Amino acid sequence: MSDIQYGRIIKDGLWEQNVVFAQMLALCPLMAVTTSGTNGLGMGLASTAVLVCANVLVSLIRKVVSAQVRIPVFIVLIATLVTIVDLAMNAWLHELYKVLGLFIALIVVNCAILGRSESFAVKNGVVASAVDGIAMGLGFTGALVLLGLVREFFGAGTLFAQASQLLGPSFAFLEVQVPGYGGALLMILPPGAFAALGFLLAGKRIIDRKLAEREAASAEPAAA
Amino acid sequence: MNLDTLRDKLGYQPLLLGIVALLASGALAVVSDATAPAIAAAEAKDLRNSLSDVLPAGLADNDFLKDTVELDRNGKTVTIYRARQGEALKAVLFKVAERGYSGEIQVLMAVDMDGRTLGVRVLKHTETPGLGDKIEVKKDSWVLSFNGKSLLDPTPERWGVKKDNGVFDQFAGATITPRAVVKAVKGGLEFFTAHKAEITGQAA
Repeated sequence: MSDIQYGRIIKDGLWEQNVVFAQMLALCPLMAVTTSGTNGLGMGLASTAVLVCANVLVSLIRKVVSAQVRIPVFIVLIATLVTIVDLAMNAWLHELYKVLGLFIALIVVNCAILGRSESFAVKNGVVASAVDGIAMGLGFTGALVLLGLVREFFGAGTLFAQASQLLGPSFAFLEVQVPGYGGALLMILPPGAFAALGFLLAGKRIIDRKLAEREAASAEPAAA
Repeated sequence: MNLDTLRDKLGYQPLLLGIVALLASGALAVVSDATAPAIAAAEAKDLRNSLSDVLPAGLADNDFLKDTVELDRNGKTVTIYRARQGEALKAVLFKVAERGYSGEIQVLMAVDMDGRTLGVRVLKHTETPGLGDKIEVKKDSWVLSFNGKSLLDPTPERWGVKKDNGVFDQFAGATITPRAVVKAVKGGLEFFTAHKAEITGQAA
C-alpha cells in the first residue's frame, strides 16, 4: 500500500475515531483513573506506549498469523507487553510506578488496544501502524486528561494536582488550586465520571455539527 | 508450499499459538530476571522510608529491616522490626490492618518499650476521597494524634472516636474510617502488650 494517508490516520486517532469520544471504547480504565488530570496523563502515556508496541508487533507478524487464531495471539502479545512495561516501570521508574502502579495492569483490559490490532495493524504496514498507535494513543490521552481535569476542577478545586510527583519538580507550575472552593465530592466518585463524560460527548457532537454545517455552507456555492 | 496454503492447515494453528506463547514466556522470564534485583531494592527502600516515617529520628542506630521477628496473629504472620540503640531495644514497628468503610486499611505503627505509640501512618487504603482520606498524613494531621498514646492513656473505654465517647476526632461525614484506624491501632497495642516477652525476649 503506497497510498497511505498519514494525515487521515492522525485525524482519525485524535478526533474522528477518537477511542473515547467516538468509538466509546476503554471506558473502564477511563472511569477508574480520571479522578485527576495527572492520573489521566500518566495512564494515557502508558497506554500509548503499549498501543504503539502492540500495533508494530502485530503489523510485523500479520502475514504469519492466521485468521483463526489471531485473537489469542494478539491477547498474548498485549498481555506480555503490559507485563513487561509493569515490571520495567516498577524497577526503573519506581516513583512513577507508585502513582500509576494500579493502573498499568488495567491496560490489558483496554479493548482499544486489541481493537486497533484487529482493525488496523493486521491490515497495514509497520510505519502506518506505528503512526496509528501514536495518534490513537494521544487521542486517548487527551480524553483522559480532559475528563480528569474536568472532574478534578469541579470535584476538588485543583488542576494537575501532584503533577510534579509524576513528571518531576519542573512541572510544578501546572498545579493550580482554586482558592476557597471546597470541592464537590460527587465529581470525584464514579457517578461524576459518567456525568462529566456525558457533557463532554454532548460537546463533541455540537462541535461536529457546527463543523458539518460550515462545510456544507462552503460547499454549496462551489456546487452551484 | 507457500505461506497462504500453509496458514489454513489445521496443524498450523496450535503450532503458531504455541510458538507465540513460548516466545512470550521467554521474553517475560528474561525481563522478570533482569528487573528482579532493582524491584527488590526499590521495595526495600520504600519499606525503609515508611518505617523511618513512624520512628522518631535518631532513636535507633541499627538496621531494623534486618532485625526482625515473625509472630502469628489470628492466623496471619506479622513481621516485627526491632529498632535498637546499641544493644538496647528502643521500639518495635509492625503493620496492622482493619476493615474500613470500603476495604482494608493498612496501618504501620511504632511502639516504644512502655507500650506507647511513637508514630502511626496509613500505608494503604481505599476510603472515599475527600472524606475518609484525611487519615493520610499528607491530607490531614489527624493521624499524628496517636503519638504518645498508650493503653493506659487514654483508658481502654476512651479508645474510640468522640462520637463513641472516645478521645479521637472523627471527620465530618466520615466516622467509620477513623473508627477503623483507632481500632487498628488499639489492636496493635494490645497485640504488643500480649506478646511483649516474645517480641523482646528473642534478642538476636
